[in-house]
Amino acid sequence: MVNYGIAILLLPLLAFVAQIFVGKRLPRNGDWVSVGAVALTLCLSLAMFGVMLVKYDPEFSVDQTWTWFDLGSLKVQIGILIDNVTVVMLLVVSLVSTLVHVYSTAYMEGDLRYSRYFAFLSLFTFSMNGIILANSLLGIYIFWELVGLSSYLLIGHWFEKDSASDAAKKAFLVNRVGDIGMFIGIMLFFTATGSFLFRDVFAGVESGLLSTETLTIAGLCLFAGAIGKSAQFPLHVWLPDAMEGPTPVSALIHAATMVAAGVYLTFRLFPIFTPAALTVIAYIGGFTAIFAAIIAVTQNDIKKVLAYSTVSQLGYMILAMGVGAYTYGLFHLVTHAAFKAGLFLCSGSVIHAMHHAYHELHDHESDPQDMRNMGGMKSKMKTTYLTMLICTVALAGVPFTSGFLSKDAILAGTLSFTMHHPEHFLLALFGFGAAFLTAFYMFRLVFMTFYGEPVRREVYDNIHESPSAMTAPLVTLATLSFFLFFTLPYFNPFSDHGWFTVLIEAQDSVVPGHLNPPANEIAGEMHHAHMPAMFLSILIAFSGIGLAVLMYLQKRISADDMAVKLALPYKLSFNKFFVDETYQRYLINPSLILARMIAFVDWELYDKYIVNGFGKVSVWFSRIVGIRWDYDILDQKIVDGIGRSISFFGSGLRLVQTGKVQNYLVWVLAGVIMIYVWQTI
Amino acid sequence: MVDLNSYLVIGALLFSLGLFGVITRRNGVAVLMGVELILNAANINFIAFARFGGMDFSGHVFALFVIVMAAAEAAVALAIILNIFNNLGTINIDEADQLKQ
Amino acid sequence: MVVFSKNLIYSAMALLFTLMGVAGLYVFLWADFIAVTQILIYVGGILVLIIFGIMLTHRITNVRLSHSSIQQGVGGAIVLVIFLGLTSMILKAPWYRATAVEPQETVRQIGRLLMIDYLLPFEVASVLLLAALMGAALLSRKVD
Repeated sequence: MVNYGIAILLLPLLAFVAQIFVGKRLPRNGDWVSVGAVALTLCLSLAMFGVMLVKYDPEFSVDQTWTWFDLGSLKVQIGILIDNVTVVMLLVVSLVSTLVHVYSTAYMEGDLRYSRYFAFLSLFTFSMNGIILANSLLGIYIFWELVGLSSYLLIGHWFEKDSASDAAKKAFLVNRVGDIGMFIGIMLFFTATGSFLFRDVFAGVESGLLSTETLTIAGLCLFAGAIGKSAQFPLHVWLPDAMEGPTPVSALIHAATMVAAGVYLTFRLFPIFTPAALTVIAYIGGFTAIFAAIIAVTQNDIKKVLAYSTVSQLGYMILAMGVGAYTYGLFHLVTHAAFKAGLFLCSGSVIHAMHHAYHELHDHESDPQDMRNMGGMKSKMKTTYLTMLICTVALAGVPFTSGFLSKDAILAGTLSFTMHHPEHFLLALFGFGAAFLTAFYMFRLVFMTFYGEPVRREVYDNIHESPSAMTAPLVTLATLSFFLFFTLPYFNPFSDHGWFTVLIEAQDSVVPGHLNPPANEIAGEMHHAHMPAMFLSILIAFSGIGLAVLMYLQKRISADDMAVKLALPYKLSFNKFFVDETYQRYLINPSLILARMIAFVDWELYDKYIVNGFGKVSVWFSRIVGIRWDYDILDQKIVDGIGRSISFFGSGLRLVQTGKVQNYLVWVLAGVIMIYVWQTI
Repeated sequence: MVDLNSYLVIGALLFSLGLFGVITRRNGVAVLMGVELILNAANINFIAFARFGGMDFSGHVFALFVIVMAAAEAAVALAIILNIFNNLGTINIDEADQLKQ
Repeated sequence: MVVFSKNLIYSAMALLFTLMGVAGLYVFLWADFIAVTQILIYVGGILVLIIFGIMLTHRITNVRLSHSSIQQGVGGAIVLVIFLGLTSMILKAPWYRATAVEPQETVRQIGRLLMIDYLLPFEVASVLLLAALMGAALLSRKVD
């Protein structure tokens, strides 16, 4: 099992390396390398999944740890954890990734950086698998960052567009903010328990190494990472902008997998969250759900609607975590991955067709993603229409779909929680309100895109269905949106009882002091709330759909009139509640001003005076040494002086050579006398 | 009593005078004359020793040889002086200072 | 006079008298042959030669000469020192004295010595004369 895990982990990495270096030179730019690698990964995941189903053991868990480095007092281990959750997640990631890869071969055809795109897709798959397989906080953190990096690289794929590169930067930086909190949380746990491994941390928490307050804070710090990665309020701002990336990227990363990483983290760490932390988590999730849903109602760009929808659904999952129904949060993650990816890919198909149509008409102005330019596509793009409809229905929570099961479970959990803690009634309100709005805006999207009269006839004439490489994944995902795949071996469409709920068991909280109710108690309470919740959710779903029908299909209520009547809510919704603008004004601009000030100190003061001054002192000093000392004194005086004195003496002595013989004779005689005198003395 | 010493002293005196002439005189011929004086002084020494100092007739022989030398040397010296005169136009030997630095 | 005179001819005459005086001294020293030889060669040959030289070289400049001033002082001092030194040496040294008998035939004695004991120097002297002759002739050659 572990070997499969390692293989699954490393195959995409190898594909990435190969693609980056030799991708351009391979035939078809090497897309078959990535597709092949990820397809292999899928096969392995399916094999693991099969093994899991055969074993049918909820307690299954394999933990393999290696020592990364050992410094005596500091021992850091890293390893792989494989249990049922891991297997399911791996399957989800591999499946969606494979489908996206196949889809991309058609969608990204003719792109300039085709091989680079696939390389980064493989890198992303590798990183995401790493998160899933990690068995320690450190391991998760490493791959967490890698996933953020892949997201940055992929969002900024068309980096010649300023908006794209800005969006990529925004994604990475906002993620980073969350990651700081996560890192603090990791360190808090590490200092308390001395290890990064999950099992050690859990054991440490259970034995009471952290006080309740510290535990709450540490837990929330870790959750901060999830807020960033899963685009919860207030760090949700990057996800809508991330739509600048290619649509398959949006499908893979920002619908199904990367954003799910935060939910996955929360899921893994559920046992160590204190009730206080869980409450905070629930509120953040619930608020995000309704907040994003409100914004999605008024958006006109098809991808932005889906982006806010994703934020909202993530809010649902987090809400589920917070109220204790955390396995159902994971359930919703899995089902959502299927139909959301499907929705994105369908929208990509539509956008692709619109793009081509505009290209034919030489229209480079119109936005192929704006729903107001669409209309009546259902007859022209049948497959896309049908799959999109199915996925929308799943998202809205209509019975017979997988989405219904998961959303219903979450709402049941929320309702039961509210029933036991009536002071948190807002959570239920958030939950059901978001469900209503979700149904509404999703059908609005469908009606605007596929029904009605096309806005421009000539555009409509040029629309045609997308190639099979794109429609095949759509069909696959739509099929998976049906309830059946999750309820096996049972066949009840209204009960979530199936292999998933059996194999993925809720674990008891390890928070000491019995602050959290044990898992079976939560499950029991949920049971009571199940029927009312189901009833309510069906009612809400259909009313949302009904309103959408009225407004956009039959056009009995005019959308524009409503916009005028509800001017303030409309304006707030349309402008995303001005969150981005607030951040810009109060956070970013002051930072820029501070940066500018520091740059001034550095550039004008430090560089000019200190660095240049240093240079000037060196020059002055070297001038002294070189010119004054060496040249003037040493050379001129000493060296030359010696020469000059010698020539002086020489010219003095020269005078002896008079050339006159008689002079010489005198000298000789003088010498003789000297000798004579010397001898006598 | 006329003694060896006195002859030797005379010789020394002649020698000194001759030396002075060689050193001092500017005319080449005058220098030559000084040289002759020196040689004569040496001769006197020889003869004196031959008479008083036990040199027998060897002294005379030597004196003879000295005279011969002097003759030869005078001839050559004059030839040189004539050459100098022809080249430099004067026999002021102070002018023959081409060895001067 | 020889050395102090400013007039060269006067110096030459003084040299003549000096050489005569030396010959006389020789006679007193029982060196009659040498004395005669001296007069013959020195006076008759060398002095004449010197006078010839004076005559030949005094066309342009007149015969008046001045002593070089620097040399005179220093030279005089040195010469004086030398003379004093010599004199003191002479007077102090214990010379070997042997009284010689007045010889009868000096010429025969000298001749015999020349031929027997001092034959080599005799021959060398003749070669030297030859060399001097040739040298003088060469030196006085006109430059071609």
